[in-house]
Amino acid sequence: MSTVEKAPAVAPAPESAVRAPRGPVNRRRAWDEAPRWQIYLPLSVYLLFTLIPFYWILLFALRPAGSTSLVPWPMTFDHFEKVWTERSFGTYFQNSVYVGLATLVLTTGVALAGGYALARFDFRIKRGFMLALLCSQFVPGALLLVPLFEIFAELRMINSLGSVIIAETVFQLPLSMILISNFIKNVPYSLEEAAWVDGCNRMTGFRVVVLPLLRPGLIAVGSFAFVHSWNHFLFALMFLNNQHKQTIPVGLNNLMSADSVDLGALAAGGIIAAVPVVLVFAFIQKWLITGFSAGAVKG
Amino acid sequence: MARAAAVAKPPAPPGRRRASATPRRLPYLLIAPAALLMLGFIAYPVLSVFYYSLRNYNPTKPWRNGFAGFDNFVHAFTEDPQFWGTLTFSAKWVVVEVGLQLLFGLALALIVNQTFVGRALGRAMVFSPWAVSGVLTSAIWVLLYNSQTGITRYLADLGMGSYGTSWLSDTSTVFPAAVVADLWRGVPFFAILILADLQSVSKDLYEAAEVDGASRLKQFWHITLPHLKDAIVLSTLLRAVWEFNNVDLLYTLTGGGPAGVTTTLPLYIANTSVDAHDFGYASALTTVAFVILLFCSIVYLRLSKFGGGDK
Repeated sequence: MSTVEKAPAVAPAPESAVRAPRGPVNRRRAWDEAPRWQIYLPLSVYLLFTLIPFYWILLFALRPAGSTSLVPWPMTFDHFEKVWTERSFGTYFQNSVYVGLATLVLTTGVALAGGYALARFDFRIKRGFMLALLCSQFVPGALLLVPLFEIFAELRMINSLGSVIIAETVFQLPLSMILISNFIKNVPYSLEEAAWVDGCNRMTGFRVVVLPLLRPGLIAVGSFAFVHSWNHFLFALMFLNNQHKQTIPVGLNNLMSADSVDLGALAAGGIIAAVPVVLVFAFIQKWLITGFSAGAVKG
Repeated sequence: MARAAAVAKPPAPPGRRRASATPRRLPYLLIAPAALLMLGFIAYPVLSVFYYSLRNYNPTKPWRNGFAGFDNFVHAFTEDPQFWGTLTFSAKWVVVEVGLQLLFGLALALIVNQTFVGRALGRAMVFSPWAVSGVLTSAIWVLLYNSQTGITRYLADLGMGSYGTSWLSDTSTVFPAAVVADLWRGVPFFAILILADLQSVSKDLYEAAEVDGASRLKQFWHITLPHLKDAIVLSTLLRAVWEFNNVDLLYTLTGGGPAGVTTTLPLYIANTSVDAHDFGYASALTTVAFVILLFCSIVYLRLSKFGGGDK
């Protein structure tokens, strides 16, 4: 034991020093905290299960083809270069960005208008409309492929990104609208009325008073729409036959269903597919839990 | 209507009346874009599926096209063994997946709801697969299950040679293999929803229970679980519907194989319509799936007495 080190003086101090003086806090800790091993042991096991697949895909993406090393060293970026250029992931990526952003804007805009009506007005078809929103959750998008295909063929939108954007938006709308209307209900109506008294019309009042308070909710809904359309696969697979119009998930599927699967390319493509989602979640993380516990739980 | 009129008339100066001059039409205008999109791209397709289900409709065999009555349905229930196979597999898949996801998700939420060092990072890490798509999940697990270079190969190296096969192409291992892959992504969904709800449990209840000497297990059983009930019922239902309908994962991971043993009903429908071009039959199967889904949901909500309780 090295008695000269400063460790003993520092280590146990902060916890007990902060907690001790407050009586009730001590009592509360009894139920709030399980024994340490009951937390760390299952959590570590679960973390292994969560992280090994992530590690595996990194490993395959970064180590040279044919290597069986369990560490990605020597590191190579050949796989990324190959997927990006030879497997057209550059094009897929661009298409996915278009689809994702357009879906985000459309969904948020349409859901904002509809959500405002649901939150602030009573009108004749409101109950029926709400019921339709809920029922639409049971309609499987995958099973409507054929009629949707026919509609888009009629509209001459097959092989145009517009078909996928519309389909993704429509299937995002119901939940987004319910969430947004819940967010709006949480903003006191008196605030808006006060704005009207001050001379704002409905539009300005909404923009100045309500919109800023909706920001966390809108960010949550918008990023969800983006991530969903980024990840979703079936509509793009069915409505976009032209290779130059396809999106990232379709590209991944192409890599998997190729005659001999190029595992390095598959891994690199997977990482390219994951990057925007990771960025979105890193950016919105602090709004996400508050946004959703406010919107979803109070519904 | 009365309330709408009342709230829509703020005490505004006369010159500003225009702001609320159209309160009657305004809500309709606001929901119009959403309503039109949903009418055109959900309601109309749903109706046309019902209509096609009563017809022979195959673009590659136009001479057979025409009204068929309930032939498609009769064929499904009496002559098509594949239909029953995919229906049973769908049921098995949904029950096993949702059950295990709920169980692990609840445990995980209870764990990360505690205070411990590194909680924020721990939460972020265990929740991370939630953001991963079905196709990407498949890609990752294809890499893991690959018999040449996957985890299985390293198991063989460790002397567990019998595990060193390609789990996805063997009918005896493909089900657990697919379940694990989907669990990886599905458990965080439940964990997040349950965690959000856990944070709204009043701490006073636990303190009172603590004073009365209730054990942690009893506290969980009598305080935590009842509080979570509505959230659990609803998220389980949503997830079940979603697991039933979703084809992304199985389509790309197993393609429904080997030998069709992992084909769910929606996957079968997609194959029937897209590959076999039998739109009439696929529509009939879709109608059956829709009715089953609706029926099960209603029964489930009744049995679980959703929203009944203390609210």
